[in-house]
Parts: sequence; structure tokens; C-alpha cells
Amino acid sequence: MNSSPLGFQLAKPVLAIEGLTVSFDGFKAVNDLNLYVDRNEVHVVIGPNGAGKTTVLDLICGKTRATAGSIEFNGRELTRMKEFDIVRAGVGRKFQNPSIYENLTVFENLEMSYPEGRKVFGALFFKRSAAVVARVEEVAGQIFLAERLHQQADLLSHGQKQWLEIGMLLMQDPELLMLDEPVAGMSVSERAQTAELLKLISQGRSVLVIEHDMEFVKSIAHKVTVLHQGRVLAEGSMEAVQRDPKVIEVYLGH
Amino acid sequence: MNKAIDNLLGGRQGAFGLLVLAALILLVFPLTLDIFRLTMVGKYLTYAFVAVGLVLCWGYGGILSLGQGIFFGLGGYCMAMFLKLEASDPESTKIQSTPGIPDFMDWNQLTELPWLWQPFHSLGFTLVAVIAVPVLLAFIIGLAMFKRRVGDVYFSIVTQAIAAILTILIIGQQGLTGGVNGITDLKTLLGWDIRSDSAKVVLYFVNAALLFACILLARFVLASKLGRLLVAMRDKEERVRFSGYDVASFKIFVFCLAAAFSAVGGALFTLQVGFMSPSFVGIVPSIEMVIFAAVGGRLSLLGAVYGTLLVSFGKTYFSESFPELWLYLMGGLFIVVVLYFPNGLAGLWKSQGQRLVARLRRKPVSAPDTSSASRPAAKSSPLETTP
Repeated sequence: MNSSPLGFQLAKPVLAIEGLTVSFDGFKAVNDLNLYVDRNEVHVVIGPNGAGKTTVLDLICGKTRATAGSIEFNGRELTRMKEFDIVRAGVGRKFQNPSIYENLTVFENLEMSYPEGRKVFGALFFKRSAAVVARVEEVAGQIFLAERLHQQADLLSHGQKQWLEIGMLLMQDPELLMLDEPVAGMSVSERAQTAELLKLISQGRSVLVIEHDMEFVKSIAHKVTVLHQGRVLAEGSMEAVQRDPKVIEVYLGH
Repeated sequence: MNKAIDNLLGGRQGAFGLLVLAALILLVFPLTLDIFRLTMVGKYLTYAFVAVGLVLCWGYGGILSLGQGIFFGLGGYCMAMFLKLEASDPESTKIQSTPGIPDFMDWNQLTELPWLWQPFHSLGFTLVAVIAVPVLLAFIIGLAMFKRRVGDVYFSIVTQAIAAILTILIIGQQGLTGGVNGITDLKTLLGWDIRSDSAKVVLYFVNAALLFACILLARFVLASKLGRLLVAMRDKEERVRFSGYDVASFKIFVFCLAAAFSAVGGALFTLQVGFMSPSFVGIVPSIEMVIFAAVGGRLSLLGAVYGTLLVSFGKTYFSESFPELWLYLMGGLFIVVVLYFPNGLAGLWKSQGQRLVARLRRKPVSAPDTSSASRPAAKSSPLETTP
């Protein structure tokens, strides 16, 4: 079993995926997968198209339901929880395409993820308190959008939209942050900024990232898992994975 | 100004729009129209309740219900049942074989009042039922549909089917509902003759006051975080769900609220027009109400009222002159509005009218309100309720 290639484990992982399988009409997009994310770890999942990377995130956040296996987050079994309960338990997820509310302002986008007033009447009588404003401004500063708080979100550039969605997740202050291709479509300087951002926000939380950009992966990853056909092909540090002949053959070689 | 009140009125611009509409409904119409035409406007304004509800539910929530007639009708029927019982006292129904029950029940060989009708002897119960019955049905429909993530066009089709089913049910249960004729010959409300001219004027103003109350309540909802959530859900439902919200509960809420508005309109319709029939429950009236909201502007609460009035006036005028053409004309109007003016009259006003007013005042367009003027004119913000 290659679940713990480092050979030691100090504490229980935040996220423990064991025997996870999902089958779409017989096609096993994820097949008996074991994956562990440690506390305060930046864990990157790479792999060729169709390896099941996004499906893994879908399974963790409840968008797709597992056929078999378990996903344990802080001792809680996620596979049977409702999506919003998973979020409230501390799992935040960024989608592949920037998924923001284009008809609202940047401020309102961020405010929407503030973990208060999440029920119908809570939302109806939600007050924009000083604490909310302060938190929104703090996060806006982190995601380089402090100057654009009152601009409508559809006027942002693609990269800024990606940051905005990351910011919306930060508002939730999740223990596990999942990012699906956070630098896709970004310019080189935006990528560098995002890497800095990730280093900042990964303090005190675990981050699970899917990414294709190897330079970016190298700059952020503590640990890399290579998926292939729904299974773990290799796992370890970026250097170790890059030297792995199996990985070179199916993914890095071409 | 106090912030809460400011939200209700929608800022200076919103307050102005409200004032203009209030002047039109509370002053211009009563002063210029004879009692026949005024009652007609009153009747149109009961439809406006439905259109205002649709702005919330469809315009902001993205939930297109093609069955708002269900709730309008149920509210109206609840009111009609009370009035009918009052009109069917043993004295005035003594020629029936069973005096004291509504005439249509007697014609259908019923010999006692069905249990369903019993509680409608009480006005208090009736007033609660007017809102509670339609809202309960909306809640059940919402729970069944939204929890299962039935949305978009499927939801519309289901609501339409329910409207059709309810119509058939009402027509089929003649002894209970008066069948296709509906519940007619309503006379008094606690002894007050609702057919008199003076009563009609009073009811017109009660109707107008309640309509404004609904508009203000809707503004309160839209100005709250819930209002922004509706827009967010319409934009990116998944994002809202994965930000920790139970999306279905918000949809159920706004659908129930729209149902409640419709029901109030239905009850006021019964009071003002003096009857309720299945022809206000089914698919055709439900779609007409969607057209009112579409023409007025589905993102504008006040626009919905104007849309209702205009289309209804048009309907009265054209169906008097060219009865067979009206339906085609209305269908055409709907298509044109959806294709070319997706934000209806309110959108047109926002992009053209305000510019015109600004030019007439010889002021630049972007003078007072920089927050709205800095956005492209063609793409109006959904959070503003103008005119």
C-alpha cells in the first residue's frame, strides 16, 4: 500500500479517503482510491485528462455520490452528508471554471460566503455588521481585489475572477480548501501572485489542489499524488514523483 | 434617512417611483374614472399581486411558475366560500329543498353542508385560510420539486400540470365547488353590501393599500441578504450550494411568498368582482400573469404593476373590438418582449427613459447616482428596482 510513502505519520490526517470507488454506468472513474491529506499540508493531485481528479473533488464535496468506500474528514464520514453540511463542517471547494456571482459586486460576492445568515430567516434579517465588513475587506486585500470591492463581478478579468472565488472560500475559513485548477487561464505574473497567495492562505489549513502547470505545482506542493485511470500511480515529493518512470510514461513524458 | 426605511423605499429613485405609482393609483384613477372603470382597474390590480410575486420568484429567483393561477384561485375560493355561506342564510334560501346551504349544492342534491365548508362560517378562519391554504400547497410543491432539484423548464411544466389538474378537480366536484360556474352571487361581508358603489370604492382603496404593502415587503426581501442570495442562485446555483446554503429552502421560501401574494390578490378579486370561477385557476390565466410580469419587467416590482395595468387595458380594449385576435396579439407581445426587451418596460425606462429625462433637464446622464451610472446602460443591475 502506498498510502503513507513517507513511512511515518505524526497525527491523524485531516482527510482520509479509503477504498473510494465511483462507477458511472460501469465505468469506474475513481477505483479503490486511497488518499490522505495531512494537517497544514498543501497536497497537489496531478494526472492526465480523465484520470478522475475532478471526480475526487466532486466526491469529497458531495457533488457526486460514491459507489463504495469512505471519506473521513476530521472523524466525520462525508459520503452520506448533504453538500451544505459538508461545507459547514469545514470543506471549501473552488470549481474549475471561475464560479462567481456576476450580477453582484465583489463585496457582495465575498459577503455571500460569510458563515452567518445561512438559513432562510437568518438571511432575511442578516445585518452587515462591522465584523462582516472588516472580514470582507481583509480577504479582499489578500486576493488583490481591495480596490475593486464595489465593482460588479462580471467586469473582472479571468484571473481576478479566479482570485475572487478563492476569496469566497477564504470567507468560509475552511479547514480543508480544495482548488480545481486555480491558475488555469492566468498570465505568468498572475500565476506567481497566486502561488504567493496559496502560501499565505495555506497557513493553518490543509489545501488540496488539482493542477496541470508543473512550475506552479513545484512552487507550492508539499506532497504530490499522481492519479491514473482512477487510481494512485505514485505519491511523494515533487522530485520523487518526477523521477518515477511510471509517471514519466503516462503523464510527464509527453 | 434611516437605513431600514431607505432599503424599503429603494433609495431616492425607488421612493420617487413608488410615489408616482401611488399618485396614479390613489389619486388619478379614482378622480378620473367612473365607478365601472374604477372597479375594472381594481380587478386588474388584483392581478398585479401575482405579477409582483412573479418578479420575486421568476425575475430574481429564476423560478418560472406557470401555475400562479393556482394560488390566486385558491385564495379567491377561500374568500368566496365565506361570502357564499353568508349569502346562503336559511331565510334567503328558503325556496331550496335544503335551505341554508349554497344554491349550487342544492342543485346537486346535497342535503347538508360538506365538512370542508364548515370552518368557512368564521371570517377569522377564512382570512387565515386565504393565505395558509395556497402557501401550504406551494410549500408541498416546492418541497417535492426543489429538494429533488427539479428546476427550470421541468418545474414550469409541473406547475402548469398542477394548474390544469386543479381546474379539472374544481370543475368535476360540482357539488363542492360550484363546478364550471364557480361560486357566484356573493352579496355581503359581515352584513356590508359589497355590491354597492361605496363598497367598491372602499375595496379599491383596500386593494391598493395591500398591493403597496406587498411591494414594500418584496423590497424588504430583495434588499436583504436573501435577495442577493436569490440573484446568486440564479447566476450560479452550484456555487451557492457549495458555499454552505440549502438552496432548496430558499427556493421554497420565495415560491411560498409569491403564492401568498397571489392568494391575497385572489381574495381581493373575489371581493371586488363578486365571484370566483375555475377560469382564473387554469393555465391560460397563469400564463397571462407571467406576461404581465414580463411586459412590465421581471426585475422591477413597480414595472410589474404597470405591465399588469397596460396588458389588461389592452386586453379589455382589443377583446371588445377584435375578440378573436386578442390571444394571438398577446402571444406575439410575449415573444417580442422576451426577444427584444428582456427587462420589459422597466428595462426600457432604465436604458432610454432616464436618459431622456436627464437630457431634458440638460444634465449629464451620470450626474447624481454614480453607482448605477457607472455600469453599462444595456445591462441593468438586477438589484435595482426601478422605475
